[in-house]
Amino acid sequence: MSLSNKISVKEYNFYYGSFHALREINLDIKVNEIFAIFGPARSGKTTFLKSLNRLTDLIFESRHTGTILLDGMDIFDSKINLTDLRRRVGMVFDLPIPLPMSILDNVTYGPRLSGITQKKRLSEIAEKSLQSAVLWEEVKDRLHTSALRLSGGQQQRLCIARTLALDPEVIVLDEPCSGLDPISTASIEQTLTQLKKDYTIVLVPHNIQQASRVADRAAFFLNGDLIEDGPVYQIFTKPRDKRTEDYITGRFG
Amino acid sequence: MVAKILIWMAAFFTMAVMALIIFQVLSEGLPVLSPRFFLETPRSMGREGGILSPTIGTIALTVVAIIVATPLGIGTAIFLWEYTREGRISRIIRFGIGCLAGVPSIIFGLFGFVFFVIYLNMGWSILSGGLALAAMILPTVICTTEEALKAIPYSLREVSYSLGGTKWQTVTRAVLPNALPGIFTGIILGICRSIEETAVVILTAGSSLIIPTSLFSPVRTMSVHFYILAREGISMEMAYGTGAALILLVLFVNIIANWLLNRFIRKKA
Repeated sequence: MSLSNKISVKEYNFYYGSFHALREINLDIKVNEIFAIFGPARSGKTTFLKSLNRLTDLIFESRHTGTILLDGMDIFDSKINLTDLRRRVGMVFDLPIPLPMSILDNVTYGPRLSGITQKKRLSEIAEKSLQSAVLWEEVKDRLHTSALRLSGGQQQRLCIARTLALDPEVIVLDEPCSGLDPISTASIEQTLTQLKKDYTIVLVPHNIQQASRVADRAAFFLNGDLIEDGPVYQIFTKPRDKRTEDYITGRFG
Repeated sequence: MVAKILIWMAAFFTMAVMALIIFQVLSEGLPVLSPRFFLETPRSMGREGGILSPTIGTIALTVVAIIVATPLGIGTAIFLWEYTREGRISRIIRFGIGCLAGVPSIIFGLFGFVFFVIYLNMGWSILSGGLALAAMILPTVICTTEEALKAIPYSLREVSYSLGGTKWQTVTRAVLPNALPGIFTGIILGICRSIEETAVVILTAGSSLIIPTSLFSPVRTMSVHFYILAREGISMEMAYGTGAALILLVLFVNIIANWLLNRFIRKKA
């Protein structure tokens, strides 16, 4: 089953008002892979990620055409439960945004929203998620202190743990290392490669090197167009499109 | 350089005027204050005795006003900022709130008199006065709450949604707890305005000196007491004593509020 498609995007277009942000995107993301989406700023990468769990619904005067299938189910179907979808497709943002509450409350925020109230169950979820995000050892003795006291790298791993606590199937990360130092970046990359076993990961890396380090496959976005996608080694060594090559070799972007 | 001097002078004069007023009232009033002054009801129209019943009246009216205005005001602000997109309806409501904020308090008094006291037949009472005060402080509570909500970054809401939160969960669990210090400031402003208000109260709560026994009892507040004592030349000494007590009460409310707020913030950070 490792080759089956977790997410299938078909002829997807997205508009902010009259601005056409994504054009005719066709893309398949497979189960248990790390899929990287890279390209210069304002290429529609974040819009694409936010489309996957319909955070784009919150944007005023936006609309889309085309479909996105998650396990073959249309996520824009009116029967889809939006809350369930967002739990299945967890998101980590570009800047660590801990909710201003304790570390424990941050991690258990999602489970608590879904109605889990048992303290024991919640602390089990918290421990498991924090361990998966490689943060447990650093915070296990101070779970009740404010999450705002953690360092930037710890905060971002907390945000990953918070997403893992939802028990998602897909994890979407939008430049999760953009505000971090190289050491924190390395530990997050290490976390991602460990998580690949259990989750499908869609990542907007904060630079091309990161894409080549952690991703299995990648797609190059430019001004709302998907230029090309394929295995990372192929994209970075033998890009089919001239624009991809120019971007990778640093001629623009 | 000139600008700096001007700004300093502006600040200095503001402080000086305030200090002068407080000094004047306290220097005349503090000698009158004694435990008996606080614990006795006024006798012979306020020439003798203390200010127990006006103090109770002030507190009762303020409590009613805050209990009514806080949920209404916070609810309105949440509706305006979280649940509506900027459009015709929200513009009309905001315009209304702006007008309400600019209305002189005597008009609220007149409204309260006509509507609560006479039309709804509540008479001069704690309830009438409290409701009229609530109407008066409502715009303050709404505006400060809305400002507090605006100060919460959008990203925080996005995080809550992305973790499977519904709109209601996002507002009540991620947004409101963080906006609480700002909302609290609005409530404190409302409390202080209720305590010191005279015009509204004199028309809606009456000026009885008897200790109230129910929500429908008429009461006199400290500021009304001060006004009547001074205006009708009953006793300037007692008037200043009441004024000093009023200033101390407002000071006390502010100190307690600040202390609570700091404790709350420290607990979270």
